[in-house]
Amino acid sequence: MKKLINVPEEVVLEELQGIELAHPDLVKVHYDPDYILRADAPVKGKVGIVSGGGSGHEPMHGGFVGMGMLDAACPGAVFTSPTPDQMLEATKAVDGGAGVLHLVKNYTGDVMNFEMAADLARAEGIDVEAVVINDDVAVKDSLWTAGRRGVGLTVLMEKIVGAAAEEGRSLQELADLARKINGQGRSMGMALTSCVVPHAGKPTFDLPEDEMEIGIGIHGEPGRTRMKIKPADEVTEMLLTPVVEDLPFESGDEVLLFVNSMGGTPLVELYIVYRKAVELLEAKGIKVVRNLIGPYITSLEMAGASITLLKMDDDMVKLWDAPVKTAGLRWGV
Amino acid sequence: MSVTRDDVLLWIRAYAEVIDSNMEYLTELDAKIGDADHGANMNRGFKAVLTKLPDNEDKDIGGIMMAVGMALLSKVGGAGGPLYSTIFIQAGKSIDGKMEFGLEDWAKALEAATIGVINLGKASLGDKTMVDALIPAVEALKEASQQGLSLREGLEKSAKAAEKGMIATIPLVARKGRASYLGERSAGHQDPGATSTFMLLDTAVKVWAEV
Repeated sequence: MKKLINVPEEVVLEELQGIELAHPDLVKVHYDPDYILRADAPVKGKVGIVSGGGSGHEPMHGGFVGMGMLDAACPGAVFTSPTPDQMLEATKAVDGGAGVLHLVKNYTGDVMNFEMAADLARAEGIDVEAVVINDDVAVKDSLWTAGRRGVGLTVLMEKIVGAAAEEGRSLQELADLARKINGQGRSMGMALTSCVVPHAGKPTFDLPEDEMEIGIGIHGEPGRTRMKIKPADEVTEMLLTPVVEDLPFESGDEVLLFVNSMGGTPLVELYIVYRKAVELLEAKGIKVVRNLIGPYITSLEMAGASITLLKMDDDMVKLWDAPVKTAGLRWGV
Repeated sequence: MSVTRDDVLLWIRAYAEVIDSNMEYLTELDAKIGDADHGANMNRGFKAVLTKLPDNEDKDIGGIMMAVGMALLSKVGGAGGPLYSTIFIQAGKSIDGKMEFGLEDWAKALEAATIGVINLGKASLGDKTMVDALIPAVEALKEASQQGLSLREGLEKSAKAAEKGMIATIPLVARKGRASYLGERSAGHQDPGATSTFMLLDTAVKVWAEV
C-alpha cells in the first residue's frame, strides 16, 4: 500500500482536523461523536439537512456542508456507515425549529443506523423525515437484494434540496422534493483500477491491467460485468444506455448530466466522456441544460467514472443555480 | 451448573481477543463479497467494549450485556454495529436482573437476540447472513434444553450448529447486505457476519468450559 497517511486508524480523525483548520468560515467540526456542522448552525426557522456515510468519498459529504447545501455531515470510518449517536447529535445541533431532513444512501448499514437515529431524535421531540437515495442502475432492484445503491445522484440531491431549504421550504416540501429527485435520477459507474481501504492495506478487488469493471459501486463492490478495456466512447455508451433506458429518459427531456471521477481518473478523461455523452443524448433528443464534471463522489484512489442523469424542471434548475458556499461546491456567492 | 457474571465478563473479553487476532481474516472474507471492513469494525467496537467494561462490571448480567450493546452501537458503524448491538441488548434484556443463568435462560436470550437481528436486518435463513449461524444455534439450544441436556452439552451443540450454518453460507447467493449486489458471484464465499457470529458462540464454549 502506498498512501499519504500516518496510521490507518487515524485517517478520518486527521482528515477532520484538516477540514476544521482549512474552512473555519464554512464549518465547525465536533469530535466524539464526529460530525461536521455548518458554521452558523442552527439556522433559525430553516429545516436542517443532514447526510452522512462512510469516509473515502470526499468531497461528499463533509465538503458539501455550508450555505445552500448541507447543515451537517456525519463521517463514518472509511467505507463504513456512521453510527446513530453521531447522527442524533448532528440532528440536534442543526435543528432550527423547523425539523430535520436526513438524506440517506441506500446501503444496509446506512439505512439501519439512520433509522435508529431518527427514532431517537423523534423521541426527543424533533421532527425528522428521511429520504433514501437509490439511483444505481447497475444493481437489480428486487425483494431479494438490498436494493439499488445510492451513488452520484446524492450530490445533486444535496445541492438542490439544500437550496430549497435555504429558501425556507417546509420539511414536508423538502422531503417531497428529495423523493421526486430520487424518482427521476439514475446513475452507473465503472472502474479501471481498484481502491485500497487504508485499514485493509491491499486492493479491494483484483482487476487485471487490461480489464475494467462495468457497474462498479463506490466502495469497490463489483458491478455487472468485467471485460477488456474499451475506448472512452464505447465505455460512455455502455454506462449511458442503461441509465437512459431505465427511467426512461425520453426525447424532449431536459437533464442535468453529471460526469464524476471515482478519484483516480483525471478531468481530461472526464471531458472526453462528457463530450460523447452529450452527443449520444442529443441524438436521442435529450437536452443537457446543466452539468457537473469532476471528482465529487469518489472511491478513494479508484480510477474510473460514473454518469448520472437527472431530469430537470424549471424549479430544479433555479435551485441548482442558487448560491452555494461549501468546500466542495461554490458558486453565486 | 450455571454461567456466572464472571463467566460472562470472561467471555466478552475473550471474544474481543478472538476478534483482534482474526481481524485480517474477517476483513479478507468481507473483501471477497462486501467492502473489506468487517474485521476492522468489529475490532474497533470490541476495543471500545473493553474500555467500557470496568465501569459496568458490578451490574447484573443483563446490565453488562446491554452496556456492551450500547458501546458497539456507538463504535462499530456499518450494518454490523446495529446488528451486534441488538444481539447484546436483546439478550441482555432477556436475562436482565440475573447474576447467573442456565441452559433454558441462555436459549431464551439467544432467541430474543436472533429475533432482534431478524427484525432489524429483515434477513431470513438462507440469505447468507449472520442469521444463518444464529437460527441453527438457537434451535440446538432449545432442543438441548427440552431434552434436559447439561448446559455444557447445550453450548457445545449450539456452537456446532452455528459452525454448520456458517459453512453452509459458502454456496449460497447473498440476498441481504452489500454481498447481495454481487448476485450469483457471491456464491463460493463464506459470509463474514456468520463467521464472527460463530466465533462468538464458539468462544462461549471455550471460556465456559467448567460450567
